[in-house]
Amino acid sequence: MHQPTITQAKHQLLEKKYSAVELLDAVYKRIDAVDNQVQAYVHLTRDIARQQAEAADKKLAAGEDAPLLGIPIALKDLICMKDTLTTCASRILENFVSPYDATVVQRLKAAGAVLIGKTNMDEFAMGSSNENSYFKTTKNPWDLNRVPGGSSGGSGAAVSANECMGALGSDTGGSIRQPAAFCGITGLKPTYGRVSRFGLVAFASSFDQIGPMTKTAEDAAVLMNVIGGHDPMDSTSANVPLPDFTATLSNDVKGLKIGIPKEYFAKGLDADVERAVQEGIKTLKSMGMQTVEVSLPHTEYAVATYYILACAEASANLSRYDGVKYGYRSEHSDNLMDMYTNTREEGFGEEVKRRILLGTFVLSSGYYDAYYLKGQKARTLIKQDFEEAYKKCDLMVSPIAPVPAFKLGEKLDDPLQMYLSDIFTISANLAGIPAMSIPCGLSQDNLPIGLQLMGNYFDEATLLNVAHQYQQTTDHHLKHPAL
Amino acid sequence: MSSDSFDIEKIALLARLKLTEEEQLRLGRQFEGILQHIDQLNQLNTENVEPTSHVLPLQNVFREDEVKTLFEDDKYLSLAPRQDKDHYEVPQII
Repeated sequence: MHQPTITQAKHQLLEKKYSAVELLDAVYKRIDAVDNQVQAYVHLTRDIARQQAEAADKKLAAGEDAPLLGIPIALKDLICMKDTLTTCASRILENFVSPYDATVVQRLKAAGAVLIGKTNMDEFAMGSSNENSYFKTTKNPWDLNRVPGGSSGGSGAAVSANECMGALGSDTGGSIRQPAAFCGITGLKPTYGRVSRFGLVAFASSFDQIGPMTKTAEDAAVLMNVIGGHDPMDSTSANVPLPDFTATLSNDVKGLKIGIPKEYFAKGLDADVERAVQEGIKTLKSMGMQTVEVSLPHTEYAVATYYILACAEASANLSRYDGVKYGYRSEHSDNLMDMYTNTREEGFGEEVKRRILLGTFVLSSGYYDAYYLKGQKARTLIKQDFEEAYKKCDLMVSPIAPVPAFKLGEKLDDPLQMYLSDIFTISANLAGIPAMSIPCGLSQDNLPIGLQLMGNYFDEATLLNVAHQYQQTTDHHLKHPAL
Repeated sequence: MSSDSFDIEKIALLARLKLTEEEQLRLGRQFEGILQHIDQLNQLNTENVEPTSHVLPLQNVFREDEVKTLFEDDKYLSLAPRQDKDHYEVPQII
């Protein structure tokens, strides 16, 4: 069975072309065939998925329906699912079994989804390549010698390699969009506050958002309808109405104004990326949209601002891993202080330590004003750039990353180079706006390239509408890796 | 701000991390480069700019103070690396 999209599978399940159990078996068969090469999953939840698929078949037989009834979905392994491991790809949570469901998991279950497993990631979502996982390095299905991107690289690779029908990722500085671009799939980072963070293991709480990673924009809209919306369990979740994102997919896009932020087309852009993105803009124009040049003048400060603020928040959030209440504890300590320091030294990987140290430094006495407060002020200026730009346009278009998927190990020894590769994605997190990645072509090396659509606050509907219409006009999203 | 003020031993202690000598050297070198990059924020005039700690207008969320049981207590305790009937166990404190 060649795996359909979520939307196609929904129809086929209702038409009884196959059962939910048969669909699940086909997905696991695919995983068994290719995941020893791709290594997208850290663990599979076969028993739970089987029960959910059987329950879905009973409901289907009784004529019931739900938005994701019988659809196999994967979760990034920092989203808590009751009674299953949630490791964040870290040694410190290697044996952590979540006692509860994240809100998004409750909502997926209520919508009838079949939850098939947890995907690999950079430890605690810190990284752009998946090479920071404690367990394994996920490979890019388009070229197994290259990274799938990160930090939601396992989810990106799983969707790309047809090892699930759709997945959830999380995006703190580009962690949904960059792996979506590198793996040739569709990924959406919603507006900050649109999706509940309850049950999402915290990295940087004022940036983190959960979002869909799918084969099409239409599927992303289906998932957003399920996972979005206010949640009393997350005091930062926005109490604003959730529109039906599938209802506006077919809206006319003629006359929409697309801003082209000039700072995103400056130096250092790979020739293939530039060509594909320009081609994408030409297509959007041919669909009746107008372009207007806009400026985001503080773009050059985004990486510095992001690493101050995200690391500061991370250093506070990760102070909870102390070996007392859950997670790993070092056995080689005779006093409490040694237990803390040994536990954290043995439990965290190097990138996590690097960010905890940087965050601790910028918050430490004597440096708070010069770094943390300065960063918060720079964040204001970056946010204002976006507010100004949206006075002139409905959405903005740019590349996702300066280059297509890079080779494994290529940037591993140079953390600053790795950080700088996030230049086009992190501003959306600093400002809190929604942004998505859609495939817009292949490089000469046959690697996918992503087009970034950035929207105004709580206007995911326009992004999904434009992305869906683009995917009706082009076939880049239909290309698959040979694997 | 100045990048040469990064005392890695002191910061590691504050962060409750015990770094090996080799880690101290390697991370220390990397921090030089990272902080040099971060120092470019010095060029930015932020006089009269309000800091942003949160992108949405945040308000206090009030609700009735009701006792609810989300999960069974013993489940929490069973997650701990060392625990006894109703308490967590840690190495000697004093």
